[in-house]
Order: sequence, then structure tokens, then C-alpha cells
Amino acid sequence: MKSSVITFPGSNCDRDMDVALKKFGFKNKMIWHNDNELPKSDLVVLPGGFSYGDYLRCGSMASKSKIMQSVINFAKSGGLVMGICNGFQILVETGLVPGALLRNRYLEFICKNVFVKLNNKDNSYFKNLDKNIFEFHIAHNEGNYFCTKDQLKEIEDNDQIAIFYCNDNGQINDKFNPNGSIKNIAGIFNKEKNVLGMMPHPERMIDQSLSGEDGSLFFKNLINNIK
Amino acid sequence: MLVNEKVALEHGLKSEEYKKICDLLKRTPNITELGIFSAMWNEHCSYKSSRLHLKKLPTKGKKVIQGPGENAGVIDIEDGDAIVFKIESHNHPSFIEPYQGAATGVGGIMRDVFTMGARPIANLNSIHFGSPQHKKTKNLLRGVVHGIGGYGNCMGVPTIAGQTSFDSSYNGNILVNAMTLGLAKKNKIFYSKAAGLNKPVIYVGSKTGRDGIHGASMASASFDDKIEEKKPTVQVGDPFTEKLLLEACLELMSGDSIIAIQDMGAAGLTSSSIEMASKGNLGIEINLNKVPCREAKMTPYEIMLSESQERMLIILENGKEELAKKIFDKWNLDFAIIGRTTNTKNIELFFDDKQVANIPINTLVENSPMYDRKWKKAKLPKKNKIKNDVFNNLKIKDVLKKILSNHNVCSKEWIWQQYDHTVMGDTIQKPGGDSGVVRVHGTKKAIAASVDSSAVYCWAHPLTGGKQVVAESWRNLISVGAIPVAITNCLNFGSPENEDNMGEFVECVQGIGEASKYLDFPVVSGNVSFYNQTKEVGIKPTPSIGGVGLIKDYKKMVTMNFKEINNLVLVIGKTEGHIDQSLFARAILNEKNGPPPEVNLFNEKNNGQSLLNLIDKNFIKSAHDISLGGLITAVSKMCIMGNKGIQFKKTKNLINKIEYFFSEDQGRYLIEINSKDLANVSKILDKNSVYHEELGIIIDGEMIIDDKTKVTIDELKSYYTNALKEYMST
Repeated sequence: MKSSVITFPGSNCDRDMDVALKKFGFKNKMIWHNDNELPKSDLVVLPGGFSYGDYLRCGSMASKSKIMQSVINFAKSGGLVMGICNGFQILVETGLVPGALLRNRYLEFICKNVFVKLNNKDNSYFKNLDKNIFEFHIAHNEGNYFCTKDQLKEIEDNDQIAIFYCNDNGQINDKFNPNGSIKNIAGIFNKEKNVLGMMPHPERMIDQSLSGEDGSLFFKNLINNIK
Repeated sequence: MLVNEKVALEHGLKSEEYKKICDLLKRTPNITELGIFSAMWNEHCSYKSSRLHLKKLPTKGKKVIQGPGENAGVIDIEDGDAIVFKIESHNHPSFIEPYQGAATGVGGIMRDVFTMGARPIANLNSIHFGSPQHKKTKNLLRGVVHGIGGYGNCMGVPTIAGQTSFDSSYNGNILVNAMTLGLAKKNKIFYSKAAGLNKPVIYVGSKTGRDGIHGASMASASFDDKIEEKKPTVQVGDPFTEKLLLEACLELMSGDSIIAIQDMGAAGLTSSSIEMASKGNLGIEINLNKVPCREAKMTPYEIMLSESQERMLIILENGKEELAKKIFDKWNLDFAIIGRTTNTKNIELFFDDKQVANIPINTLVENSPMYDRKWKKAKLPKKNKIKNDVFNNLKIKDVLKKILSNHNVCSKEWIWQQYDHTVMGDTIQKPGGDSGVVRVHGTKKAIAASVDSSAVYCWAHPLTGGKQVVAESWRNLISVGAIPVAITNCLNFGSPENEDNMGEFVECVQGIGEASKYLDFPVVSGNVSFYNQTKEVGIKPTPSIGGVGLIKDYKKMVTMNFKEINNLVLVIGKTEGHIDQSLFARAILNEKNGPPPEVNLFNEKNNGQSLLNLIDKNFIKSAHDISLGGLITAVSKMCIMGNKGIQFKKTKNLINKIEYFFSEDQGRYLIEINSKDLANVSKILDKNSVYHEELGIIIDGEMIIDDKTKVTIDELKSYYTNALKEYMST
């Protein structure tokens, strides 16, 4: 399985994603933001970081970068595109997924483990996973998901919510909402479910010496689903 | 502008220093030259008050590749790998403008490390604030934490450990010390020594602006009522540009184009160009019209003294200019050939086709002032006699609650959750433990790092305090299973012109030297920050020690959380009941006098090495060193983190229980072992003459101190976990 990780000048989770994808069997290539063409890929990943410094709205400059036109075309033709953290912010800015990511509600960067609950398994990312609650890691300043009421209705009608923040029992309420996201939304799909944007970093949970191993389950399952 | 003594004094030079400049040059300097002298001769750059004493520190060792004098120290971690590390202060700017001050402190220290060819793999920091009740403390803390996070998070370097303290002596002068560790190949370390004539001098990175002019001079003076006016001397950071600079430099370093490289830190272009030429015993010629400027009509004076961030100076091999330019173009960074190396041994500056400065480099470096300042030796204070009644009137549980929720002890999660501590995917011990630990990417090895300081001990008796900080750093590394290798120090003191403050400096350095020599734990880099005082009031002497250790197999790393019910808990090292200068004495008895606990270096070494031996033999399930707050505070943390309790054994101590639990005797650790290993562990410890005793057994849910005193782990958590969060949210 071939994957491509896009490196923007300020990406800083690109190597971590490369390590994770390779560990679970992907043949991964790092693609420079200034390239025109995506190589043939089964999965494209927009990694975390600060793409162009993010002094403007996070991800807004990256969404207009050279490589993104091919990424957008790839997504529109049904290719799998996953944006993690800053990658999610970029996806939102391209319009591939709806909504916006605001600053965290207490205006502070948050780096910690969180639990998330899968909402929809009818897609290439989560199908065949045999549990619903995962422990992932977040590290962001702008992960407060927001959308209009109309958008929310549409998202819900199309079953586009991918994951919710919750506790270890899967309970979803404001107490377990780290950043103020509407409805505890931690990740969403596009309508077709081939594009996934989420704030948590599964690539930081791929080894028992790290924060946990739920990321391993995610990647192992992902490559099997794509095969 | 005409230069005279008055102008020189305004630049922070002393009358006799100005006279010396005129004598050395055999003429009156022009304003640009005066600016350069003031930048090179201030305390921050010249170490004029400290040099004499710093020479006495042990800086060599089997593992030392590079000691002090370069951008950072370098140690050998085997297999051709090296760790490059240093700690540096950014105190003055952080008090004036906490966000930018702290952020650029982090940026500056990372640049020092990647200048040497190392990719930064971990950041740490030691930050000290005034009393929690002081009106400025909350905002300063928030600003500093946001600044450190803002810079480090964007760079994608995990912040893995740190230290935060509160003391009213920092009310008018907070301390922000930032430390970075980088990983390099032993045979690919880059130095700042220029070599060869007519080699191109290259400027890369951000453009030069008017920010930070005289920053280093500001950092070499005390504060007064007009500190707000000093805001323009604080630099503004741009972590995104630094990230580009990091990647571009490492890319260029993978080839063989670079002869010498130096970051533009304090005193910017001035000190970087002069240091490189001086080390190579060369001259340097710079055309200031070629320097990329952010603002129009900058004068030579401003260009030379700007402390704009994210800039580097490189001396390249001839013919490599195009190749280098391509790399910096790729990363969208400025690149300019601004000069060349010469044989004149002078720094010559040109602007608009005129020579605007011409100074022999040795006058700026070798001939810079060095002072043997007067200093006062401190006496060891007399021990306090505390009556048993005082102890008997206290309830252990009440005291424990106060100590665990004390701002100097309580959980600093509110701080470190704002730092990305897991990026790079190698953090195997997060903040909150004895040391932060990161794996050496792709290997079995890991690096542990800790940063410590004990200003109260240093204030009570500087010599003992200096020793103690090194010993504590050593213990923090051992507690996670790392072999201590070397340290970096950041020496924060008041005015060297004050005999008491200077005495604190001299004796702390002596203590640091004695301990690091005895423990074979050499000092490989560091920084001195004097004048941490507002008007006449100086801070408590605060040397921060950044210790680095090696774990050869990261699977053997030890953490402090209790692991398993029915395991035994042992104390290594003897509890004598030293209460003076303990947190208990200050926070509960309001007693500020007396000597700090004695540091017995033989015991430190013996206890530490014996524990490492036990760790290597896989006997140790968890370990934690005993420091601030004493034994029961240390046990409480192990309970809280492991979510388990302990039943204390009935002890036959000669000292009072309060003394037993809250004294801060040195050289002690708590260890958890399986009960079946007790005989073996005791045998090894006995063989090495290490004092140890059984403290108790791990149980579920509560700490049982005696028949009458119990406290649940949830209660302990509520004292420990929420204090800082609640403070910051009110």
C-alpha cells in the first residue's frame, strides 16, 4: 500500500507519521509542498505542525499551496485523505470537510491523552475495528470545532461525525470536552467518507513505551481496510 | 554623534573602561565602535566578573567531547552519537515582556544547539516567580508559559521536563532559564572557529530589524522604576522562521561547505562575527550595506547591535556559495554574502563605501575587562532548636495537606500540559517525573534530563547549596535509571558589585565544582546572569543545574508511580531529621533561619551507584528521590501517580515523626521492590554499606500512617493536583 505524507515548511509531525505508516506496512513517500504532482497513492496524509507558521488562520495558507490542488483533486476523485491536527485545520480551510477550528476555549495549548468514541464505522478508516473507544493524544491550540446550526444538521444527517471526545467509558459530555468543540466533535468526514479530519494524533500512540498503543490498532486496521 | 565619556556611561561602560578603550585604540572610538565595545564588554558577553571563578569548574571527562566556550557542550553517548546541550537565561526580557522574553529564550537556546549540527530532541526549562500573592505573579507565569509553549510547540521539539518555583525574592526579577538537548553524529559537530583567508562570510535567516538593540546591555544592569521604557530592547520571536532555519542549516550541514557557524544571539552580528574571527585568529571584513534589513535607513550602529532573532553567520568554503544559496532559497530564507575573512586581525566595517569601524579583535576579546570582585564568605548558620512540643502539636495529615498543595510542591500539570511533550514520538517519560526521558530515535538508547535548583539552600549557605543542586540533579537522573554524564549550569545571581551577592556566586560555584568533580559529572556548558535585582534587592542565589544522563536500554527505564500491591517500599539513605531550611520549616513553622541539610558526597555517590546497580539487575519497580517536602511528600507522589496506597511499617525512630516525614536530609531515595527480592536487595545494599530501611507495603486506595492516621489517595490527589490550576483560574 502506498501512502504520501505532505511536508509543509512548518510541518513537525511529518516524520512521526512517516514512522507510523512504515511501521504498519505502508510504502510511504514524503511530498514537498511546492511539488505539483502527487505520486500514485492509496492514502494521502496531511500531518500536524504549523504549515506556514499559522500566524494567519491555521491552515489557510497551506490550503492554497501548490500541492494542495492535486490533493483536492485526489480527494474529489474518491482517494483517501486524512488530516491530523494541523492537517485537519488545512482540510477545513480547503472546504473538503465542513466547519472551522477555533482557539481552544480556555485559550491554552493542550497536550494530553484523551478518549474518543467512534461514531461511524461505515468507512475505510474505522470499519472492522473491534472496539469503539480509543485512547489517543491531542496537542493543539486551535482544535475547538465549530460549525453553523445548518451545517451541523447536515453533518448529522449525513452521519459525517467521525469521533467524539469522551471518557474511558464512552460517556460524551462537556466534562470530557478538552477544547470546547461543538457536540464534543474530535473529527469529521466529508459526505463521501473518504476524507477524514481529526485533532487527535494516532501516530503518537504506536508503541507501549509511548503514551499508549491504540494508535497501533488504528494503523493496522487501516492498512488492512485499504488492501 | 560625538563620543565622550558621558556617551560611554550611557552605554553601560564604566569610566575606567572607557579610558581603557581609548588607550587600546590610541584614539576616541566613533559611535559604532563604542556600541561594539559596550556590547562585547558588558557582563552578559564578557563574563568579566565571573570568568575568574568559572575557570575552577571541572569541565573535562571521558565522555566530554566539547566543554564550555562553544555554542553548547557536547558529550559522547556511544555508537558514534553525541548529545549537544546547554542552558541559558532570559530573565530580564521575560520580566519586561513575558511572552516574547520567554519565547526568544527558547529560540536562542535551540539555535545554540543546532548551530553545532545537532537536531534538537528535547527542551527543558527552569522558571522562578515571585510570591503567589504578588500582583504580578499570575500574569508573568501565564505569559512565560505561553511564550515557552508558543515557540517550542511550533518548532516541534518536545518540552520534557522543568522546574517551577515561587519565592518573594523573585517579585521584581523573575527567572526564565531554557535548556535544549540535540542529537548529532560525533564526527559531524560544527564549531565557531573560523579558518582560512578570503573565505566568504554568509548571513542567513531573518532580516535585521531595530528590535533588541542593546538587549545584552539591558541584561547586564539592575532594574529600576523605569523598566517599562526598556520594552524596545526585548526581541520578538518568529518560531516558524526558526524552524525553517533549523531545517536549512541541517541540510547544508549534511555536506561539507561549512568552515564555521555561529548563531546571532546576544549582541547579534557584533559578537558572532568577532567570536568566529577571534577563535580563528583572523580578521573579518563586513559590508553592512549587504546585510538584509527589515527597516529602511538602518545605521551601522543599529545593524551591528540589533538582536533580531533567527539569524546565523556562516563562514563557507570558497565556491560553495551557489549550493548554499539554493538550500536557503528552498526554505525561503534570506541569504547574503556580507564579507570575508582577512589577515588583519581587525574587524573592519564598511557602509556606503566608507569604513565605519576598524577595531583590533584582541582588544574586544582578550583585552576585555576581567574583575576580581570583592566577595564575602558566608558563615554556616547555627542550627535551630525546635522543641518537641511544636511537633507534637501538629497533625501529620494537616501538615501533609499544606505541603502537597504548596505551590512549590504541587503538580505543575497546568504548565506542562501547555507544552507539546510528545511530538517526535520518542518521549518515554513525560514531565512530572524525576527526569524527562526521550529515546535516541531508532536505537535502544534513551537520554534522561532534569533541571534543578534550590535557591533557599544556596541562600542559607551558598557552598552547601551549590553542592546540593548538583547532587539533586544526579539523583534525579539515577531515579529513572540513567547514568549521569554531564551538566550545564545557569548561574542566576544579584549584582556582582555587591560583596554579599558576589560571595554567593563564588561559593555556589565552588560547591558546584566540588560536587561535580567528586561525582564525575563535569560542567560542559553554561551561562551567567548577574544583576537579577530591582533597585538594591537581589534574588536568592539561584544556580540552575541541567543534568543529562544515558540509559543504554530504554526498556530498563524506571518511573516513580507505584506499580503493584504487596510490593515493598524501602528508603535508601539515612533520615536524620534535618528540618532547617526545609519547606516544612518555612511553610509550617515560618522559620527562615538555620543551615541547609548537609551534603555528603561519599553517600551521594555510593547510594546513587548502588541504586543504578539494582536497577540494572531489574530489582527496582519504581523509584523516586527524596527532596523538597521530605519523605512523606515523595511517598505521596508515588501513591498519586500509581493510584495506590501504602501501609507504613511501625518504626522505632529516635526522632519525632514530623522530623522523620518532613526533614530534607540528602542522598535519599524511595524504591519499590517485590517482597521476594528483599533479601537479595538488602544483601547488595549491605555489601556497599548503603543505609536502608523498610518503609512499608503497597496497598490499595489509602495511605495508612499509623493506627489513627489515614488518608485516601483521592484526598492526596485533591491536595496535590488542583492547587496550581485553581490558583491560575481565580
